[in-house]
Amino acid sequence: MIDSSLKQLSAALAGKQVSAAELATVFLERIERLNPTINAFVTIDRDRTLAQARAADERRAQGERAPLLGVPLAHKDIFCTEGWLTTCGSKMLANFVSPYDAHVVSRFKAAGAVMLGKLNMDEFAMGSSNETSHFGPVKNPWDLDRVPGGSSGGSAASVAARLTPAATGTDTGGSIRQPAALCGLTGLKPTYGVCSRFGMIAFASSLDQAGPMTRSAEDSALMLNAMAGYDERDSTSLQRPPEDYGRDLDKPLAGLRIGLPREFFGSGMDDDVRAAVEAALNEYRKLGATTVEVGLPNSGLSVPAYYVIAPAEASSNLSRFDGVRYGHRAAEYGDLVEMYCKSRAEGFGAEVKRRILIGTYVLSHGYYDAYYLKAQKIRRLIATDFQRAFEQCDVIMGPTAPSVAFRFGEKSADPVQMYLSDIYTIAVNLAGLPGMSIPCGFGAHGMPVGLQVIGPWFGEAKMLNVAHQYQQGTDWHARMPEGVK
Amino acid sequence: MSLTPDEVRRIARLARLEISAEETDRTREQLNGILAFIEQLQAVDTAGVEPMAHAMDIVQRLRSDAVTEPDRREAFQAIAPETEAGLYLVPKVIE
Amino acid sequence: MSREAQWEVVIGLETHAQLQTRSKIFSGAATAFGAEPNRQACAVDIALPGVLPVLNREAVVCAIKFGLAVGAQIAPRSIFARKNYFYPDLPKGYQISQYEIPVVLGGGVAIKVSPDGTPREKIVRLTRAHLEEDAGKSLHEDFHGKTGIDLNRAGTPLLEIVTEPDMSSSAEAVAYAKALHSLVTWIGICDGNMQEGSFRCDANVSVRRPGEPLGTRREIKNLNSFRFLQQAIDYEIQWQINEIEEGRKIQQATVLFNPDTGETRAMRSKEDAHDYRYFPDPDLLPLEITPAWIDEVKSGLPELPGAMRARFERDFGLNAYDAEVLTDELAKARYFETAVAGAGAANAKLCANWVMGEIASRLNAEQREFAQLPVSAAQLAGVVARIADGTISNKMAREVFDALWNGEAADADTVIAARGLKQVSDASAIEPIIEEVLAANPKSVEEFRAGKEKAFNALVGQIMKTTKGKANPQQVNDLLRRKLGA
Repeated sequence: MIDSSLKQLSAALAGKQVSAAELATVFLERIERLNPTINAFVTIDRDRTLAQARAADERRAQGERAPLLGVPLAHKDIFCTEGWLTTCGSKMLANFVSPYDAHVVSRFKAAGAVMLGKLNMDEFAMGSSNETSHFGPVKNPWDLDRVPGGSSGGSAASVAARLTPAATGTDTGGSIRQPAALCGLTGLKPTYGVCSRFGMIAFASSLDQAGPMTRSAEDSALMLNAMAGYDERDSTSLQRPPEDYGRDLDKPLAGLRIGLPREFFGSGMDDDVRAAVEAALNEYRKLGATTVEVGLPNSGLSVPAYYVIAPAEASSNLSRFDGVRYGHRAAEYGDLVEMYCKSRAEGFGAEVKRRILIGTYVLSHGYYDAYYLKAQKIRRLIATDFQRAFEQCDVIMGPTAPSVAFRFGEKSADPVQMYLSDIYTIAVNLAGLPGMSIPCGFGAHGMPVGLQVIGPWFGEAKMLNVAHQYQQGTDWHARMPEGVK
Repeated sequence: MSLTPDEVRRIARLARLEISAEETDRTREQLNGILAFIEQLQAVDTAGVEPMAHAMDIVQRLRSDAVTEPDRREAFQAIAPETEAGLYLVPKVIE
Repeated sequence: MSREAQWEVVIGLETHAQLQTRSKIFSGAATAFGAEPNRQACAVDIALPGVLPVLNREAVVCAIKFGLAVGAQIAPRSIFARKNYFYPDLPKGYQISQYEIPVVLGGGVAIKVSPDGTPREKIVRLTRAHLEEDAGKSLHEDFHGKTGIDLNRAGTPLLEIVTEPDMSSSAEAVAYAKALHSLVTWIGICDGNMQEGSFRCDANVSVRRPGEPLGTRREIKNLNSFRFLQQAIDYEIQWQINEIEEGRKIQQATVLFNPDTGETRAMRSKEDAHDYRYFPDPDLLPLEITPAWIDEVKSGLPELPGAMRARFERDFGLNAYDAEVLTDELAKARYFETAVAGAGAANAKLCANWVMGEIASRLNAEQREFAQLPVSAAQLAGVVARIADGTISNKMAREVFDALWNGEAADADTVIAARGLKQVSDASAIEPIIEEVLAANPKSVEEFRAGKEKAFNALVGQIMKTTKGKANPQQVNDLLRRKLGA
C-alpha cells in the first residue's frame, strides 16, 4: 500500500478495498516510525488527520466520487493551513497557527484529500539543501548523510521515503525540481500564475509558484488538476479555462523535438549526471523524438540576476515579520526600533538575514539602477532566449542539478557555492515557464539523478506526456531507497 | 563594490536586523562575496532592453467594490504577541 | 522695506484625499469610519503571511474622475510600487503607492488670489496624483507606557494630489486647498470630512531672498483644517526667516504642527526614513486604463464648477459673485438649477437670493447640509413663482417657506390657501380702505403734505394693518401717492 501510486490508491478507495481512515493510519504509523530519522515532517496531528479521513469516508458513503477523495498527502509548511501550525521553517513563525487556508490547500480540501501533516523546508524557502530550517535538516532517504535538496526538502524526502504518496512544494529558483532530482522524484513547477499564491508565504513574489512532488508523472497530473485554478485573491493568478493535465499522458512521442541548450551541457555538470542525462536522451530518441541544439546565451547570468531580484523582493516581503501582530517577539527590548531589530534578528536564521541584507542593499538609494533594474533587464534577455529556443523545439531538456545530493555541510559555508546548485533551474523561474524534474538514473554513491524538462508557457500537459512516456519504459521513478523499505 | 562595516550597519538598520559587533565582520565578508558574484551583471550590455518585473505581460485585474471580509479580530488577535482593548500594543512610539 | 518683502515664500501642497469606496483599495474590508479598533482590518490589511492585494476598480474610477476634472493626463499604464519603511501602523513594512508612473499626470486648479489687493485668477499646477493605501493609526493614550495600533484605516484608498511649488503665501495655499476640497467633493470622490481625516494636507514650505535659488524645504505633515494649514504655514515661514537671519541653515525635515501651541517641530520617527527602496510591487500588475474606460467615466461626471459658473452667468444673467457662491457645492448648485427650472429662468436671480440668503442662513443655524434640506427645489420654485406673480409678498413668502420647512404642507399654494395669505392687488378693494385710513388720520396727511416722508410710511403701515398685511405693498404705495396727489 505504501508504494502505491495516487491512481492506485484512488482506485482502492473507490473500490472500498481500503478506507481513507485505514490509509491515513498506515501512513501516520510510518511517519511516526521513520520521521525521527528523516525529519521530513515538522507537524503531525494524528487526531485531526484521522478526523479528515473519516470525513472523506463519510463523503464517499454519501455517494461522492472524486479522484483524490480520501487520498492522503502532505503540504510544505509554506502553505497556510487553518488551525495548523504554519512555520515556513522559521523560528519567526514557530508558533504561528494560521487563521486561513492557502488556496492550494483549500482546493485539496474541496477535493477530499486528507492532510498527513506539514513538511520541513529551508527557512522561508531560502536554501538548496534544507540546512537552513529552524527545525533541523531533512535527511535524504537514499543516504542519510546527504541533503535532500531544497527548499522543498521535506516534501521530497517524505515522498521518497513513502511517508506520503504525494506532497506539495514551491519553486522560486528550483525548490521543487532540485530536491525532486536529489531524491529521485517527479516534481513539476507550473507556469507562473497557474496555481494561486494566496496563503503561500511569499519569498520572491514574481517567481514563486506551487507545484506537485510525486513519484510519477501520472500522479503529478492528478495533483496539478487539484492544485491549479483561478483565484480572485491573487492578482497574478491566471484566468484560464480548467484543463485536465493528464489528458495527453498516453500520446506517443514520435516527432517530438527536444531542444538541448548548449549552455546546459558544458563543463558545469558532473560526469555521472551527464551520463544519466545522455542515457535518458537516448531513450527519448528511441521513443521517436529528435534532438536539436538550441542556445540560451544569457542563461549563465540567471543565478546572479536571481540573487538580485529574489533577495530584493524577499527583503520587502519579509518586512511584515516585525513582532507586532503575530510571530516571534523578542523577550527583552527597550524602544520600538530595538524591538524590531531584536525580534527579527532572533526570529530569522543566517541565510534569511543575508538575503534580506542583500535585498535591502540592492534596492537602496543609489544602487537601484545598477543592481535591481539591471537584473530586471537581464531577466528580459533570459526570457527572450527561451522564446527563441521554443521556435525550434517542443520541450527543452538538460540536467536538473549539476551534481547528485551532496553531504551535509559541504556547501553551507560558502553561500555562492550553494546558490550555484540551482544553476540549471533558476532561468525557468525568471522566464515564468513550467519546469519539471524526472528521475533518470543513479550517479555517484548510488544517488538519484534528475532530468529537467522545460516547456513553453502552459506546456504542462505536454511535459507530463513527455515524462509519462519515459516512465512507461523506465523504472527509475519507482525505485525505493533501501533504508526505508 | 565592497561594503564597509559602516555600510553593513546602515543596511542592517534599514532592514531592522540587529547584528552584533562580532557578526558584522563575517556578515560583511559574506555579503561582499555575494556582491562580487552579482557584479558580473554590470558587464552585460542592456541598452534598450525593457526591464521585466513580472513573469507575464498581463495587466492588473480589478475587484468590484464590495465588502467581502467579515470581522475576525478575535481570531487574528489570538496569535498576537500583545493586545489590549482590541489594539495591538508596541513600545511607545514617539513621533 | 518690510521684513516680509525681503523674502519670497515658496509652497507646494501634497493632499491626501480619502476616496469614497465601500471597501478598501486592496482588500474586501469595509472603509466605514468609527468602527471599534481592528474590526475592519482583514488578513490583507494586517498583513498576515501569504495574503495578497487585489485592486479595487472604484478607486481607479475616482482617480480617472479627478484626472478629468483637473484637465490632467491619465496614464494608459501606471505602476504600483512598494515604499518600504518600518512603522507599527504600516503592517506590511511597506506602503503600496505609485512612484515612477502615477495614474494622473499634470493638470491644474484655479484659485482667486489678490496679492496686491486686486483679485485675479491663478492656476496652481499639479505635478501628479497617485493612488495609494492609507496606514493605520497609532493611539498614544497610555497603555502602560505603550502605544496602541488600530489598523481599521490601513488600506483605505487615498489619492495623493501633489502640486508644483506654485503658492507664495498661506492665503494662496488655503485658497488652493479650499478649491481642491470643493472639487473632490463636487465630483463625489471624497466626502471631504476633514475632522475624520478624509482630506488632509502636507505643506512643503521654503523661503528665499528674491532672485536666489530655492531654499531648503520643510514638510509640515497632516494638516486637517484650513485654519491649521494657514497657522502652520505662517508659523513655519516666520521660523525659517528667523533661522536664516540668525545665521543658521535650514535642514530638510518633516515637521508636525501643534494646534495648541501654534508651533511646528521636527518629527523624531522620520529621522532615518529617507531610503524608501521603492520598487514595482510584484504582487500587482500594471494598471491599464483604456480610452473607452475614460470616456465611460467622463459620461458619468457632473458638469464641473467652472463650466457651471460660466453657464449661470450667461444663461441666468447672474453676477460673478452669485455664480461662484452657488457653485461651491454640487448639491447647492443642483438645487438652485432645479428651482430655476420650476420657477422660470426670468426668476433665476430671485431663486439665487433665496438659496444664498434664507436657505443658507437656516442651514447654517441648524448646522445642516444642503443634502438634508427639508424644502425641495420644486417647493422653493413654487414659492418664488408666487412672489413673482404678485400673489404673495416677500414677508408672506417667508411664512410660506417656514411652513414648508416644517413639513406642514406639500407646496406653496396649499399654504397660501390654507392661511389665506393671498395678497390683495385689486384696486377696487384697496381704495375704500385707503379712503377710510386717510379719513381717520388727518394729522398724518397734513404732515405728509408738509414734506414729512415718514408720515407716508405711517399711513402705509395703517393700511397694511387694516388689510391684515394682505394688500400688495407696491400697489398700496402707488394708490396712496395718487390719492394724496403726490
